[in-house]
Amino acid sequence: MSTQAAPRTVPYKEKTPFDYSSYLRKGKLPHIWCPGCGHGIVLKSLLRAIDATGLNKDDIALVSGIGCSSRTPGYVDFNTLHTVHGRSLAYATGLKLAKPKLKVIVITGDGDALAIGGNHFIHACRRNMDMTIMVYNNYIYGMTSGQSSPTTPQGMISTTAKYGSIEPVFDTCDIAKAAGATLVGRGTAYHCQELEKTIYDAIMHKGTAVLDILDSCPTYYGRFNKVKGNSELMEIAEKDGTVSQAQAAKMTTEQLQGKLVRGILHRTERPEYCEEYEKLMAKAQGK
Amino acid sequence: MTEPAKKLWRIEINEKLCKGCGICADFCPTNVLEMKGIIVGVVNLDKCTGCQLCDLRCPDFAIQVFPR
Ligand SMILES: Cc1ncc(C[n+]2csc(CCOP(=O)(O)OP(=O)(O)O)c2C)c(N)n1
Ligand code: SF4
Ligand code: SF4
Ligand code: SF4
Ligand SMILES: [Mg+2]
Repeated sequence: MSTQAAPRTVPYKEKTPFDYSSYLRKGKLPHIWCPGCGHGIVLKSLLRAIDATGLNKDDIALVSGIGCSSRTPGYVDFNTLHTVHGRSLAYATGLKLAKPKLKVIVITGDGDALAIGGNHFIHACRRNMDMTIMVYNNYIYGMTSGQSSPTTPQGMISTTAKYGSIEPVFDTCDIAKAAGATLVGRGTAYHCQELEKTIYDAIMHKGTAVLDILDSCPTYYGRFNKVKGNSELMEIAEKDGTVSQAQAAKMTTEQLQGKLVRGILHRTERPEYCEEYEKLMAKAQGK
Repeated sequence: MTEPAKKLWRIEINEKLCKGCGICADFCPTNVLEMKGIIVGVVNLDKCTGCQLCDLRCPDFAIQVFPR
């Protein structure tokens, strides 16, 4: 694997604009995402984070399932695997075992990761294999026209909850931590520079890193819930609906009601799966 | 004493990629940008601080801000 450069320290605004072109497949833009879809903003944060790691493009593999979010690998110039709905983590696990030196980054949606893929999700966290799991959480099944997902907030309208959802939601970070992920964090498309740093930390972490990334689906979630503008949707859920850890530390339990906390929320160390597997092989071979 | 020269910026909008979502214009701290029909336009270039926020939040790789 290539040597890792020191993280970029020059403040972004001092620089000329970031050149995304070397990370994008030629001739693939415009992408299929709707006007104002948050997935494009998250993709750009991911590319800047990868650039900051100094990793070689060929040492990275992006693996996804099915959904609008899972279309991401089609646009980028890394090793990519666009797999089947809910099973991105099964493919990623196989890939990582076969090629343990690859940096595996999984792009998945709230539906892909937590509904159909929920079982794979908890067991991937349990194994603590070295990979980054980015859950693009737009509170809905975007691709199939707006059905409820395990993160659709109570009271909100979807194709399958015409009078408002009555189901309690999954907190991606709580589940990941409970299931054994060794780094857990949250970011939003609105806080795209902070997100870049959070993704950087997740990629550099050894073990399973899970990020709950809040972004928006203006076409279904926004329209169904009568939020007119793309920006307004970002303001309500991402800007006003979240607080940084520093802000949260100064808030009372009442003030924190209904707010999600951003940043790296959990970080610990546990044996990494591929390393344990290597040891097991050596033992079995009598080495 | 003369004021230090104000840093000047140039905004490039890729009209083939802009989907007119309005995110860049809505969140520009100094109201440099405005929607012009189905794509965004520059209306107040003098006020641009080069903060890059429009580029950072554009989902479509459609806007970039360069030092002039
Ligand atoms: C086995 C299977 N079941 C159902 C589908 C239909 N389907 C495609 S994408 C999707 C949901 C995607 O939602 P999410 O992961 O949140 O991604 P988003 O589109 O919101 O980014 C579903 C149910 C499928 N493709 N395969
Ligand atoms: S349907 Fe929603 S999630 Fe899918 S591209 Fe459109 S805005 Fe994005
Ligand atoms: S760089 Fe900053 S000030 Fe200039 S147009 Fe973009 S958002 Fe506005
Ligand atoms: S954010 Fe990008 S796509 Fe949206 S209006 Fe601005 S330049 Fe166009
Ligand atoms: Mg979704």
